[in-house]
Amino acid sequence: MLNFLIRRLGMLIGTMLAVSLLTFLLLEVNGDAVVVKVIGPYSTQEQREIWLEANGYNEPAALRYVTWLWDVTRGDFGESIRYRAQVADVLWPRLANTAILAAVVFAIMIPLSITAGVIAGMNEGGVIDRIISTISILTTSVPEFASAVFLAFLFVLTLGWFPATSTMSEGFEPMQLVMPTMVLVLFGFGYVARMMRASMSEVMHSNYIRTAMLRGLPFRRVITHHALRNALIAPFTVIILQINWLLSGVIVVEFFFAYRGFGALLLEASLTQDIRLLQACAMVSVVVAVSTQTIADIGYGFLNPRVRFT
Amino acid sequence: MTEISVPPTQGAARRPVLPKVLTSPVAVIGGTVVVFWCVVALFAPLIAPYDPVEQFTPFVRPGESGPDGLWHMLGTDHLGRDILSRIIFGARRVLFFAVTATFSAYAVGVTMGLAAGYLRGWVDDVVSTIANIVLSFPVLVLYVVIISVFGASGGNIILAVTFASAPGIMRIVRSIVLDLRNRDYVASAETRGETATYIMFVEILPNATSLLIVDACLRLGYVTITIGVLGFLGLGLPPPQPDWGGMVNEARSMATFAPYMTLSPCAAISSLVLGLNLLADGLRETELKD
Repeated sequence: MLNFLIRRLGMLIGTMLAVSLLTFLLLEVNGDAVVVKVIGPYSTQEQREIWLEANGYNEPAALRYVTWLWDVTRGDFGESIRYRAQVADVLWPRLANTAILAAVVFAIMIPLSITAGVIAGMNEGGVIDRIISTISILTTSVPEFASAVFLAFLFVLTLGWFPATSTMSEGFEPMQLVMPTMVLVLFGFGYVARMMRASMSEVMHSNYIRTAMLRGLPFRRVITHHALRNALIAPFTVIILQINWLLSGVIVVEFFFAYRGFGALLLEASLTQDIRLLQACAMVSVVVAVSTQTIADIGYGFLNPRVRFT
Repeated sequence: MTEISVPPTQGAARRPVLPKVLTSPVAVIGGTVVVFWCVVALFAPLIAPYDPVEQFTPFVRPGESGPDGLWHMLGTDHLGRDILSRIIFGARRVLFFAVTATFSAYAVGVTMGLAAGYLRGWVDDVVSTIANIVLSFPVLVLYVVIISVFGASGGNIILAVTFASAPGIMRIVRSIVLDLRNRDYVASAETRGETATYIMFVEILPNATSLLIVDACLRLGYVTITIGVLGFLGLGLPPPQPDWGGMVNEARSMATFAPYMTLSPCAAISSLVLGLNLLADGLRETELKD
């Protein structure tokens, strides 16, 4: 058990190191490119030299990487060019906003898609199954920006139920969360529901369910006590990894609805070539992604004793 | 009369894939949509009523004619370009880049997967580690970082898609190869003294294709979404030539009074991806039947 945790933790740190190196190589290693982005393309050669010297870019790359990594681990990402402020001061509030959005999306999407998947898997081949399966393939086929356009047309322009943007400029307004949540739930729903359906239908065909049925247990009891527990094991990983997918989804949705979250910030950093901000966003999203993967692996081990900690 | 016995050919017998697919209604519907868009893309100059970048009267509503008497079925955008023509030529651009990028990702991913699965040992370790690292990035974050470092262009989109998708393809191919490498035909090729390259590409790869086709359909749909999303975020193919995501991005600010500008490209990309997903679903079903 302890051994397993230590190994997983080691892998986590190893991946983080490799990713940080990759980020560094992509964004930071070429000092000449960095200086143009930081002090602008119209700076003179002399100004650039001074900046490079002052910020330690004339040191060897390996040393710069270690220094940079050390700063990053302490939460010091440097200064954002666009916001003229410490990256950390800009980043954390945005991340909190995205966390709110993600929490709402999860709270709705997971129960909804699990229920749909279970019902579909129980009635394999039936009418309900066909309806749910059709809905899930439809919703996963429509890209987030397209469903945002469709839903905004329906609910904002035609019906006028919800506000078109989610800037939250006058304090937090729950109504502004509805549209972004709807788009993200719609796109994620199909995937989880399909996984859940596959897992449930597999369990329903297993011997122990047949035995339970033949023993004359009530159908409801067979489902809740025997089938559900086992059917939930396989999709567990998928559900946790949806956090990873959400990080991609929020970029589109936050951009579309002008929600001031992490995804919009990342895109802004990219479009304005705000290199420090972009680095910080990339590192944070990788930390989130890799830690959720680790949690998924450990949780899977707990749920399924057969693969426990080998 | 004596029957002439035909010796079984090397590898698995070629199965007729196409007729079997036609038994699945889902695959037929999906396939029809995909073929429709392919035809549109191929014959774009013949089908499109106007030049996709020529400017007419701006803000002509769908189905109406401008003051110049020209009729626009899907209207014109803020620069007066005919939206139907832009969607038709957009199909060409989107499909071209989606197919090229997917193909490129497959070329890299399949080679990596074959090498990892067949050679095992340190090759497997190195390739798998690289794949794990790349896959630990959230995909869109990876795209945004790559595009903002190398700039937005068709070539860089292909590069980014290859970089982000090859590891996933590699994992699938590797798991298939791990199963196939113990087959008799591989052993017999090894006994004949064939090279590892020959065994990987001539003996193993053809037997993995039926499984890979389903994945390729799904992935093509996913790459289409990616290209659309990048266009929508303003990181995609450079204007003025049309692509569907870019059209949505340009018309986004006008969505309140001219929603038709964004609705039709969204419908186009959704139908293409849906077609690909249905085709993949139908193919998987027919695969499972044997």
